[in-house]
Amino acid sequence: MENYVLAMAVSAGIYALMALGVNVIWGFAGMVNLGLVGFFAVGAYVSALLTLKAGWAMAGGMAAAMLVTALVGAGVSLITVRLRGDYLAIVTLGFAETIRIVASNAIRLTNGTDGLSGIPGPYRGALSPEAFNLLYLAIVAVIVVAAYGISERLRASPLGRVLRAIRDDEQVAAVAGKHVMLFKVKAFAIGSAALGLAGALYAHYTSYIAPDIFVPLLTLYIKLALLAGGLGNNRGAIIGAFAVVFLLESTRFVIPLIPGISPVQGAATREFLVATLLLVMLRYRPAGLLPERLTQYPVPPSAGNYQPTA
Amino acid sequence: MASLADVGQLAVNGVMAGTILAVPAIGLTAIYAVLRFPNFALASHATIGAFAGYVANVRLGLTLLPSVLIAFVVAGAVGVATDEAVLKRFRPAGYITTAIASIALTIALENIVRFSFGNELRGYDLPIQRDWRLGAIRVGPQQVQNLAIAVVTMGALFAFLAFTRTGKAMRAVADNPMLASIKGINAEAIGRIVSFVGMGLAGLGGMLIGLDTTIDPLTGFRSILSVFAAAVVGGLGSIPGAVVGALTVGVGEELCLLFLSPDYRSAVGFVAILLVLTLRPRGILGQRAY
Repeated sequence: MENYVLAMAVSAGIYALMALGVNVIWGFAGMVNLGLVGFFAVGAYVSALLTLKAGWAMAGGMAAAMLVTALVGAGVSLITVRLRGDYLAIVTLGFAETIRIVASNAIRLTNGTDGLSGIPGPYRGALSPEAFNLLYLAIVAVIVVAAYGISERLRASPLGRVLRAIRDDEQVAAVAGKHVMLFKVKAFAIGSAALGLAGALYAHYTSYIAPDIFVPLLTLYIKLALLAGGLGNNRGAIIGAFAVVFLLESTRFVIPLIPGISPVQGAATREFLVATLLLVMLRYRPAGLLPERLTQYPVPPSAGNYQPTA
Repeated sequence: MASLADVGQLAVNGVMAGTILAVPAIGLTAIYAVLRFPNFALASHATIGAFAGYVANVRLGLTLLPSVLIAFVVAGAVGVATDEAVLKRFRPAGYITTAIASIALTIALENIVRFSFGNELRGYDLPIQRDWRLGAIRVGPQQVQNLAIAVVTMGALFAFLAFTRTGKAMRAVADNPMLASIKGINAEAIGRIVSFVGMGLAGLGGMLIGLDTTIDPLTGFRSILSVFAAAVVGGLGSIPGAVVGALTVGVGEELCLLFLSPDYRSAVGFVAILLVLTLRPRGILGQRAY
């Protein structure tokens, strides 16, 4: 039981890292990423392959995963940055599907749909499963806290302010002399790096990755986490990730209790619930349950009382 | 080394696949033109059409043509219902929110199909026929029939858009919603019609794609990359563009088999999207994309 709780805490931490990354892209810069599972997959495969086949250390694999996903994110966003935002939606979704196709078929590299197994984890062999889970939870916690700190710093920094300005009105930001395209690509690359690191953490935790792990549903989980916590709000992103993992796990226990339900129907019910919940949240709480708190700048009293004279 | 006959065979296959792909691609681009968002729910409607046709054909024992018609009507009806009940409410919040909502909707609908039918692969009840040979090129009678259905559907659609009042009103709303409303066109009603026709075409397309192979709840999602590629390559929002784009993507996916294993086929659509958006973002026949 403790082991199960620890494992869930690790996955919640990985989700939290993804939610923090998506928060930079969606919450700060207002860009859409419908294929975030593709970036997660790239990070997982890069780190897994480098440690398995090239004998890299795990830290090196994770760093490489971040670098590669940041570059891929920059490339994907660069192609569509001049266009209306819905093209980015199409390209990111297509990207995730394409990654899945390549991972399933580049058999010599990725072992195809059988997946890669035996991915090393820190002291996996030397520790008991409980101790390994505990160690990994500590690593994930440190990374999430660091990512939170960086993201908070980013939010308060001039870069964060420019991103929010772009999100709220691109033209105004451009008129203020900001290079809108450059900032958008930067935000997308930073967010993607967090997704890639989350993928690498996942791979080294479970020791096994396969293409069918990286399904579009995972993208919905993270969107839901972010909406549950509050878009643009870093603390909310972490709380939301834990809430989503709790919800997913509780449905795992509740749904089989429905009489006469087959495992496939149970899984379908669960996915249906997640999708419906996302629709409800998006409709009634588009800014999330804990909306972003913006600094209110004091307005001089005269400005408030200004009356235009005829 | 591929012979000239191989290339010819692949080109013929590509034109056939492209013509079938054009049906859902027109649905997608028509919805985009009028309602102004990329509707990812197209995937689940293609699946719903494929399964509605399956129920008509296998469970009710109907022949191909009535089954195809049922696929169109059921997917269209579901399209109007879900748009009214779900997506319409998101449109005031902007196209990004609506696009995300349409992804959530597609997963919800796909799982209703999975709940009812399970994950097994299912095939339609069709007579087995010998391939026709024209010189070195082989063609299946079933493929020709699918091709004919797709061509007739598109012909009917073009006639509808060109000659009927409703069709003209649809084009007017797509072209300039404000002018259309000044002329007294009811944009809400047009939105409903375009949802019905667009998702109906998706359902019909889903069934046509399934006729060649088998269907399962992921049928629609698996083809969505090619459908979006067709619409983007042709120019999002342009109906003739969707046909041109679908033929380009269809032939491209087949001809790439000369160099690549068939498993990579759907990645070709993604490469096509990237190329077009880099070089000519409005697509072959489209309008401004930014």
